[in-house]
Amino acid sequence: MEHGNLIHELLGGVAPEGVPAWAIVLVTAVIGVSLLIGVVSVIAMFSVWLERKVSGHIQCRYGPMYVGGWHGWAQSIADGVKLLMKEDMIPLGADRVLFVLAPALVLGSIFGAMAAMPLAPGFYFADINLGVFFILGMSALTTIGVIMSGWASNSKWSLYGAMREAAQVVAYEIPLGISLLAPLMVAGTFNLLEASEAQSGWFGMKWFVFQNPFLIPAAILFFVAALAETKRAPFDLPEAESELVAGFMTEYSGIRWSFFFMEEYAAMFLMSLVGAVFFFGGFESPFTSLAEWAFVTEAGADGSALRTAGLFELPLLYHVTAGTVLAAKALFGVFLMMWVRWTVPRVRIDQVMTMGYKYLTPLALVVVLFAGTWEWLLS
Amino acid sequence: MGTERAFYACLGLGTLAAAGWGTSTGGVEGLLFAVFATLTLGGGLVCLWERSVVRSAFALLATFGGVAGLFLLLGADFLAMAQILIYVGGILALILFGVMLSPPDMGERKLSRVGLGLAAVGGAFAWVGAKVAATVSWAQAPGPLAPPEQSHAREIGVGFLAADQYVVAFELAAVVLTVALVAAVYIARRKITDFEEPAETGGSA
Repeated sequence: MEHGNLIHELLGGVAPEGVPAWAIVLVTAVIGVSLLIGVVSVIAMFSVWLERKVSGHIQCRYGPMYVGGWHGWAQSIADGVKLLMKEDMIPLGADRVLFVLAPALVLGSIFGAMAAMPLAPGFYFADINLGVFFILGMSALTTIGVIMSGWASNSKWSLYGAMREAAQVVAYEIPLGISLLAPLMVAGTFNLLEASEAQSGWFGMKWFVFQNPFLIPAAILFFVAALAETKRAPFDLPEAESELVAGFMTEYSGIRWSFFFMEEYAAMFLMSLVGAVFFFGGFESPFTSLAEWAFVTEAGADGSALRTAGLFELPLLYHVTAGTVLAAKALFGVFLMMWVRWTVPRVRIDQVMTMGYKYLTPLALVVVLFAGTWEWLLS
Repeated sequence: MGTERAFYACLGLGTLAAAGWGTSTGGVEGLLFAVFATLTLGGGLVCLWERSVVRSAFALLATFGGVAGLFLLLGADFLAMAQILIYVGGILALILFGVMLSPPDMGERKLSRVGLGLAAVGGAFAWVGAKVAATVSWAQAPGPLAPPEQSHAREIGVGFLAADQYVVAFELAAVVLTVALVAAVYIARRKITDFEEPAETGGSA
């Protein structure tokens, strides 16, 4: 790892004397994981509240209004406390080991995927060369967790939900990956930080979608495939509350059930973030350029220097601006997903399969071909 | 139930022993290697041992994860991620899709299957071990290895395609896979005649 990680930066890149190496590894790991869990939990809680408000306003009602005062902002916290207090139930016929393991696997893998998420330039948990590849792989693990939960519940509804999940994810992982290939060709890197850097210029508007016109259809394909991958309506067939009670999580209750929800909202945020980084400029926007112009006056303030500089070596305000820009883009993606959910009816499973195999996959291949040709002709 | 407990207790003890041995010989890296190696082997053992075919399939998760971890330790990030993405996300999901409808607990444990599997793996190991031992010149044992460099995707791609030696094989594999896919769809496709109504046998108005 060439740049170390956040904790290493906090320590000033120097190991304190007299402390064995394994202790430093252990302490940095514990701190990093705790930070990560905090960030993911806050994102999930905020997204649950946002979903209830968005759905409320789309249906001409208010959503939660009482808990905490202003627009019921503390509703998610109250719900979390309630879920923690609930009785921990495991059905008699369930496969106990896998039943307990499934939510842990689902949540653990999404935490792992979140580790590759950059929060600001120079502020990351793990600077992974193959960042987006890592994120896709970890999302694949959550699928196995969902299938595990459905089978271990030993219930017909859960099993149907798990089967739908397996079929759906196998079908949509292909267009998801292929539609991401187009911006990856433009970026020339799997690393999220480097991809964001490659879009600096044009006063913060040198986004990949503006560099290559074929990335606009690729972005739409990515959005649809991401909806299916995160089990969001209109592709929420594994859950399908009107047909399958609650699908794969029918038999779950209390905090285990809430783990699945945390995973869903964290995955939504993560997919939106990947889309924001690889299609819509990452940290770059006119605001970021303005902040760079205003706060970063030192020499060597071009993109590469910003990245190799440590967390506290550049004005914090620039980092805050860049991080806020990316978070706003990702949250807008989450909002779009919610908007779609409360607007479009759920599709049937055969329609899901038809759309995935017959339309999205060939379309994604064609888009990649054209995007690659464009890049080749321009370079 | 007794054998079940004994098997998993042995597995746990083996893991602890391996972890202790790895830490004492290789520090943090040794510990990680021991953990990933026991995950790989233990997953395979559980896969053989479990009566339920679905549980066996889930045990493969540990094996694939362990192999990915070993790739990571070797500095082959791309291989590790591809292992997770393809084997866990694709192949394991497909296997599970195939066996998921079997009941949670079925049949009795076939100890012969476990024994046969162990014998096969042991034999393979012995053969590979003998081959490797024959080729290594033990006199010049290398010093401590340099930490592996991180593999950039660009380097992998350039090394893979620009070296003039893998391009043809790569393209041929792609063509073969495409042909196989089309053939599978052709075989699985229902013929138009399947949808025709059976001929009326007369009688009913």
